[in-house]
Amino acid sequence: MTNFVNSFGIILFATLVYATPLLYAALGSCFSEVSGVVNIGIEGMMTAGAFTGTVVAYFTGSPWLGFLCGGLAGAFFGMLHAIATVNLGADQTIAGTAINMLGPGIVIMLAKILFNSTDTVPLTQAQKIPKLFAGIFDTSTVFGRFMDNVFANYASTYLVFFAVLLVWFVFYKTRFGLRLRACGEHPQACETLGINVIKMRFACVCISGFLAGLGGACVTMTMSTQFRPISIVGQGFIAIAAVIFGKFRPQGALLGCLLFGFCSGLKVVLGGSSGINMHLVSMIPYVVTVLALILFVGKSRVPAASGKPFVKAK
Amino acid sequence: MKKKKHFLDVISENRFIHILLSILLGFLVGALFLVIMGLSVGAAYGRLISSVTSLKGFSYVIVYSIPYIVVGLSVAFSFKTGVFNIGAEGQFVVGSMAAAVTAILGASIPKPLLIPLCFLAAMLAGAVWGVIVGFLKTKWGINEVLSMIMFNWIAFYLSNFIAGLPAIKSEGTAEATKNIPVNASTLLSKDFINSLGLAPTANWGILIAILMTVLVWFVIEKTTLGYELKAVGSNKFAAEYGGISVNRSILTALAISGALAGLGGALQLMGMGNRISIFSSQEGFGFAGIVVALIGCSNPFGVLIAGIFYGALMYGGSKLNLEGVPTQLISVIVGTVVFFIAISVIFENLKRLKARDDRNAEAAAIKKAEEKKEEKK
Repeated sequence: MTNFVNSFGIILFATLVYATPLLYAALGSCFSEVSGVVNIGIEGMMTAGAFTGTVVAYFTGSPWLGFLCGGLAGAFFGMLHAIATVNLGADQTIAGTAINMLGPGIVIMLAKILFNSTDTVPLTQAQKIPKLFAGIFDTSTVFGRFMDNVFANYASTYLVFFAVLLVWFVFYKTRFGLRLRACGEHPQACETLGINVIKMRFACVCISGFLAGLGGACVTMTMSTQFRPISIVGQGFIAIAAVIFGKFRPQGALLGCLLFGFCSGLKVVLGGSSGINMHLVSMIPYVVTVLALILFVGKSRVPAASGKPFVKAK
Repeated sequence: MKKKKHFLDVISENRFIHILLSILLGFLVGALFLVIMGLSVGAAYGRLISSVTSLKGFSYVIVYSIPYIVVGLSVAFSFKTGVFNIGAEGQFVVGSMAAAVTAILGASIPKPLLIPLCFLAAMLAGAVWGVIVGFLKTKWGINEVLSMIMFNWIAFYLSNFIAGLPAIKSEGTAEATKNIPVNASTLLSKDFINSLGLAPTANWGILIAILMTVLVWFVIEKTTLGYELKAVGSNKFAAEYGGISVNRSILTALAISGALAGLGGALQLMGMGNRISIFSSQEGFGFAGIVVALIGCSNPFGVLIAGIFYGALMYGGSKLNLEGVPTQLISVIVGTVVFFIAISVIFENLKRLKARDDRNAEAAAIKKAEEKKEEKK
């Protein structure tokens, strides 16, 4: 029983830690997709954020400034994507593919210049995003250890749950959110009502990059302590998958990210107690997702105007 | 009298010029980065060019480009039929592994039989991987981009799992499969390679790549199947109305696209690879294929040239560190090229806008003339 509670605590901890960066990126993806712009460049934006976050934290010593700058770096690439797709009417998939090459390419070159290596210098404990509620639980009892595992978590994790709530509120309870969703469904109708579709989409894609950048910074500033070229491998695509899984709703994306996080957590625990092939265990999150899609989720309706460039009528 | 063409017309009508301009801009941006880093542009680009223009260098480029061409064809084929095959990565991986397993278990089969067998196994595996996704889409309406991303990772871990099985794993300490037997290798003979001074991995896989290029072109342009798939790609409702089964077309397109990506995996293994390692992250051939298809405008022959271009950048790029230049410069150049290809539609839009302005001006002139007539009356 003690063992089980311990393991369960560790799984929950890992779930939250793995889900956090995915969730930031997924919220970003939501913004872009719901406004009608396919953003496959999330991965590249995350890489930019991951690098910038650690570098700024390393040089200034402030994790929060690093975290913020990680977001801004993502927003910069988001802006590039927005200029190409929203203003110039470029194919959204092609532009996103370009971002996925440019983001890692540029930051790894910068790493070579700054550190003469593709890896950045590891952050100290003080430069990492701090853990909240660390040390307030009595770890000598089983229950205390469980609480410590689950609740003594990185501040960025607490923040992201707040962000989900905020995005949900913005999407469904504000005028901005209504307009945003309308832009993704019927931009021409929006235009006749005097909504500036171009401006709305531009803003949404930039926000999308900002959130993806925060997600990237989470990877290198919580789980790991440094940026490496393999820091971001596929998380961006998993985030996109989580959004499609969650039917383009922030609350759905939360569920998708937690599912991926939980399976990754399971992997950590099962991997420790060997006897089970690691590669097969690693497959679990993806197989579970496909099964969940078949059994529970089914059709995911893409926003009607998604992927189509909007050309202003005269 | 022949009317002189507006320069916008010339630029917008010619995709080839778009691509060339984009490539030029890509290298310009690359040069900008070199200058910012305080490195010599001449030395870097000189090395890039000199490393791919010697006979040996060029043979390396061809070897590198084989999988890029075939995976590029896979993605281009899917683009033509309106499906975005982001799953080429996974199809490549399962194809490569199917070929490896066939080769290792069938080492005693004579060469003329084993090689086609490996190709077939790879194409079948890739096709199955593609069709599963298509089936999920047509049967349950599951978004294909989502399931392709999932199946890329499933393929990746499946490959790692199979590579670790006792019958397949290398006897040594290497975290990889056994080397494939000579019977399954597409390498040219040692004597031939040495006499010409080619790359040691020079192989005849490029012939298969060229054959596939012609075949894909033929299927898309000259067959009923190609016509139907293109019709579904450009307007699936019209195609359905015209009596084409959309679901069957999607499955067929994904099967062919998957088979091509799988074949790419086999060609890479049987030529350059020789064995499959247990990787810690995806190798990215599928994503390279997407880029190649984009640079090649989804035209099979364009893809052939784009694949060789990409191979040249990858091989030349690997030599850049001799000049103290980070290899990632290549990602920046290619990323910029793709970015400008994406926004090159602006030329078409400009042309449309210009045409609209012309029309408006014409209409205004007619209206004015009519008003004058009215006044006269």
